[in-house]
Amino acid sequence: MGPKRDASAFILPVARLDELFAALRSRGYACVGPTVRDAAIVYGDIEHSADLPRGWTDDHAPGSYRIKRRSDNAYFGYVVGPHAWKKYLFTPERRLWQLQRAGAKWERTDPPVEVQKYAFIGVRACEIAALQIQDRIFTGGQFVEPNYAATRREVFVVSVNCTQSASTCFCVSMDTGPEVRGGSDLTLTEILQPEHCFVVRADSERGDEVLASLDLDCARSEHSHAAAVGVDHARRQSRRLETAGLKDLLRRNSESPQWQDIASRCLSCANCTLACPTCFCSSVEDVSDLSGDHAERWQRWDSCFNPDFSYMHGGEVRRTTAARYRQWMTHKLSTWFDQFGSSGCVGCGRCISWCPVGIDITEEARKMREAEGVQS
Amino acid sequence: MASKAADVIGTQPLLPQPWVVSEVTRETDDVVTLTMDPGSGAAPMVFRPGQFNMLYAFGVGEVPISISGDPAHEAQLIHTLRAVGFVTRALCALQPGDLIGVRGPYGSHWPIEQHAGRDIVLVAGGIGLAPLRPAIYHILSHRDRYGEVALLYGARKPDELLFPDEFDAWRKAGIQVEITVDNADACWEGRVGVVTTLIRHGRFERTAASAFMCGPEVMMRFAAQELENQGVTPDKVFVSMERNMKCAIGLCGHCQLGPEFICTDGAVFALPRVQRLMTIREL
Amino acid sequence: MKDLVTLVAEHPFFEDLAPAHLALVVGCAQMAVYKKNDYLFKYGDDAAYFFLLRYGRVALELTGPGADSFRFQTVGAGEVLGWSWLFPPHQSQFDARVIEDARVIRFDGKCLRAKCDSDPVLGYDLMKRFAQVMVRRFADTRLQLIDVYGKQGR
Repeated sequence: MGPKRDASAFILPVARLDELFAALRSRGYACVGPTVRDAAIVYGDIEHSADLPRGWTDDHAPGSYRIKRRSDNAYFGYVVGPHAWKKYLFTPERRLWQLQRAGAKWERTDPPVEVQKYAFIGVRACEIAALQIQDRIFTGGQFVEPNYAATRREVFVVSVNCTQSASTCFCVSMDTGPEVRGGSDLTLTEILQPEHCFVVRADSERGDEVLASLDLDCARSEHSHAAAVGVDHARRQSRRLETAGLKDLLRRNSESPQWQDIASRCLSCANCTLACPTCFCSSVEDVSDLSGDHAERWQRWDSCFNPDFSYMHGGEVRRTTAARYRQWMTHKLSTWFDQFGSSGCVGCGRCISWCPVGIDITEEARKMREAEGVQS
Repeated sequence: MASKAADVIGTQPLLPQPWVVSEVTRETDDVVTLTMDPGSGAAPMVFRPGQFNMLYAFGVGEVPISISGDPAHEAQLIHTLRAVGFVTRALCALQPGDLIGVRGPYGSHWPIEQHAGRDIVLVAGGIGLAPLRPAIYHILSHRDRYGEVALLYGARKPDELLFPDEFDAWRKAGIQVEITVDNADACWEGRVGVVTTLIRHGRFERTAASAFMCGPEVMMRFAAQELENQGVTPDKVFVSMERNMKCAIGLCGHCQLGPEFICTDGAVFALPRVQRLMTIREL
Repeated sequence: MKDLVTLVAEHPFFEDLAPAHLALVVGCAQMAVYKKNDYLFKYGDDAAYFFLLRYGRVALELTGPGADSFRFQTVGAGEVLGWSWLFPPHQSQFDARVIEDARVIRFDGKCLRAKCDSDPVLGYDLMKRFAQVMVRRFADTRLQLIDVYGKQGR
């Protein structure tokens, strides 16, 4: 994932898509990417192109997500699904260690874990931004999460430029998309004209090497033009999050009555945190067997919406839904800057679509800004 | 080039190391001091006053507990903890010879060395004396580096005072030890009243004093206010904060207080950094 | 040995008292010494005095049948004790027992009330000083009430 290079674009015909997966597999990568399961486009194992959501798209609205057939056979003709790539790097549930008590000793009994080499197929620009944010969290600080670091180092990113946006997308206002700018090994743009194919660009040395092995034809100007038109189409987004002064806006509004208003709708279900590609909170659970001599520690995704999350002796610190939503939104859009030097939001819109009651973070931020304007 | 396929993932940072409990001292009804030695072949722990460890009861769970021993005595690790939850109850029930899991030390420390040459006010509430004791030991070892030193300690009842056997030695070494309890029966001849009253009467030069505080957050808020009333400015006041904590290494997200991670940015903070945050409800 | 005027003037409670007022209050004052376990006053007594403590410590206690006395506050050197003399029915609300030999300046309430009535500026000054003490006591009592060191944690 070196510096951005001068793009030299090649053409990957749809009929040769499986060659790309074969090339990655032959280099030891397990290909994972979008596939249709349970009426959603989720990330799973990809053996060949038939596993991809060919001919499917998705409709997004606050509190609503549906997949439906397209009128064409586009492979990447959807926007984002409920899964984020973090599940491969920061796994939802994982055993951290096992210990066996033997006399006056504790012995670690877990087998050594080998690093899984993944090729992520179909990573969107906003998702690359999310991966880079989680890189800073898990590998950029005083302490490094070794499992994340080792797995992440091996990830081969095959990204796809968006050529359409959902009504919930606001990556343009977050400056994270829709076009991939770095963080990718191979970048595809799917075009349907002049013929259905992928315009491919290598963005790293290992991308170069894979691309060279495929021996593809150079893209012609009409291909490049069609790709640019597609990305421009995706740039048209009606939803936006005004980021100017947003960090301080939330900092100032810790006591805003709006938190109560949101709490009257929020179910504190934690969906937004699970769907969010940057949310990183986890909990641990220590367990033992009946003999009491075998102990394990498990790490699981946690959410600031869970009551236990803030538990101290005596009770939970954040007892109300208002306090929990405030924590989530303020962290995402404000204190994240203090902690990790960027916003915690990449504008993917998942928290809007998968909120069962359709709470919209962009709308809540707008209302907060407006309320201040009225007061002052 | 892709690197070789079978790298093995390295050390697990959340793995506790076994230490051997060598001594168990019952301080009060529900507070115990554990003295522990490194397991065979393991290195002693170098720490600074105010830092904490994650203590693990085998198969039960793990909690953050401040170190209460002398930083100059590396061969022994001492923790004082109160049985309030099921993990702390299991830890308090350990016996000499038992193993206890330890990982750390973590977090920031009392900036005691940076405040040499000044008067030092230590404000402790309840179990909050334990995290301050390493700072007291440091002062005792370097008494000539400090001006007036006052320990202002408040507890709930006389029989809930920690380390009463040490008070005389501390006084002899030139530390004012002022004690107060919230309520008492007629057997108690000491002060009754809240710890803030001690601040009003403590013997220290208001403008040359640095204060280190540890206790319940409400107590620290009132004590900080009283210190400021007395002329000790907030930038010379340091507080030890507490929140739910799972990893202690800034990765699990639990201990956030606004922008701060208590585990890696704290637990000891200069007051101005957390003063506003302490006033926001349910933060 | 310092005279009464100096001792009253040096006590923190009367910090910066106007000289004219100082002369007035000293006229109602006398030195007193109390031994350990003496009572400065008891619950229900006429609140005839208030006290500036110079040395020693006094415990404020309430007692009920069959129970040890409940000690809810102590007052030490540099502090003031007693405000019931200011307000009807001028009765003490608790016991004040000496737990460390105490040297005090004792003020006659009736004498001082008369001077306050005839000199409202003095009365206002005294009222402000006592109000400040009361505000602090109430704040301290609140902190005691919430039991910060209890199992519930705060």
